[in-house]
Amino acid sequence: MPLTRTSHAVWLVYTRELRLAWRRWGQLLQPVVFFVIIGALFPLALAPEPLLLQTLAPGVVWVGALLSSLLGLESLFKMDREDGTLEQLLLTGQPLSLLLLGKLLAHWCVSGWPLVMASPLVGAMLGVPAHAQLTSMLALWLGTGVMSLLGGAGAALTLAAQKGSVLLSVLVLPLMIPVIIFGARATDLAVHTETAANAVWLLVSLFVLALTLAPVATAAAVRISLE
Amino acid sequence: MATWVWFHKLASPPHVYRIAGRLARWFAVPGVLILILGLYGGLITAPADYQQGDSFRIIYVHAPAAWLSLLCYATMALAAAVGLVWRMKVAHAFAAATAPIGASFALVCLVSGSLWGRPMWGTWWVWDARLTSQLVLFFLYLGYMALRHSFDELSRADRASAVLAVIGLVNVPIIHYSVYWWSTLHQGSTVLRAGGPSMPPSMLVPLLLCFFAYTCCYGALVCVRLQAEVLNRERSPNWLSRNE
Repeated sequence: MPLTRTSHAVWLVYTRELRLAWRRWGQLLQPVVFFVIIGALFPLALAPEPLLLQTLAPGVVWVGALLSSLLGLESLFKMDREDGTLEQLLLTGQPLSLLLLGKLLAHWCVSGWPLVMASPLVGAMLGVPAHAQLTSMLALWLGTGVMSLLGGAGAALTLAAQKGSVLLSVLVLPLMIPVIIFGARATDLAVHTETAANAVWLLVSLFVLALTLAPVATAAAVRISLE
Repeated sequence: MATWVWFHKLASPPHVYRIAGRLARWFAVPGVLILILGLYGGLITAPADYQQGDSFRIIYVHAPAAWLSLLCYATMALAAAVGLVWRMKVAHAFAAATAPIGASFALVCLVSGSLWGRPMWGTWWVWDARLTSQLVLFFLYLGYMALRHSFDELSRADRASAVLAVIGLVNVPIIHYSVYWWSTLHQGSTVLRAGGPSMPPSMLVPLLLCFFAYTCCYGALVCVRLQAEVLNRERSPNWLSRNE
């Protein structure tokens, strides 16, 4: 019985997040627009030579996705802290880490998945061939998951701090380096029609690691901020 | 139970203050003496390298700093974990005292590595795996210190930065190996490797002395900083007078 109650509570947190996100859908679009604009800036800042752009494309797509995912992170816990939702979650008697896992997964769905959907557009602007898009999207799907989970832990840590977004990026960006390396590598291999399985499996392992450990760290950080 | 008394005693600031004061001297004197010896051996008596000439001597500054920057991170994160688990304020003070030392060692390692790279690789900076992971380690230190400084409340700063240090500790090996997988150009490890060190004793002995001396100096520095940290946290009017 306790298991089903807990899973039901996690489901409630998850659906609540989705519903709230849907009501503020304009905010969801901003990171995507930012991502697309970054993709458009690179050909303008460099030269519009297809070969050059294709060489740079994996890096631009991944760094662009990472920076765009940072945009939504700052407000991840802010509202919930101000209106007391986090305290209510703490008082439910359910494991806080699992409830926050629901919240982080919802954040991944509403902030990461749109970036994944937009990535073929950005890729096409930079000359990523069509056959590489599917692998790139799969890798980016896993990568944005890690970004949401690890970034959520970072956002929870900065919750009680006085300074805002710059601090968050200083904390989170160094931790994202493995994701960037493996992710851009996967896209790069796909662009050159080589098998990207190794890089994708490494991303899967990073994702599983973040899925298991990040909620615990997030819960610890939320507890500290509520004391 | 009696075996754990020493551990429980470490939770007492006056006790730690006294121990740190005593240990600082025991670390500083041999540390400085051996450092002079090691640097003399390394910079003056050791023969020049047949390939790299005299510029290889940077290793006597560079390699121990790299080792210390990692050691500092490990001890910092362990102290932070102890502070989180047992709610030991002194452990948090230790982590706070260690972070700037570790960051300085990482910076020394980066700068000396860059100076070494200039004659050897012909450039100040290459995106080599070890240099890059050292740079990331430096960023991790900066993030830790930035987070610590952004709180007004000390206990909250302690616990939040401790969580970050533990996250970082899990991440350091992953970052290290991911960067390795990405590219490497750095010369292989000279001291720790299968089949014994690849250096003649005249070069190796000063290097080992430098490693030992740096570690002692770190011990002394952290003790002094820990004393200052404890004083800053426990600045009640009669605490020190009771302690004397």
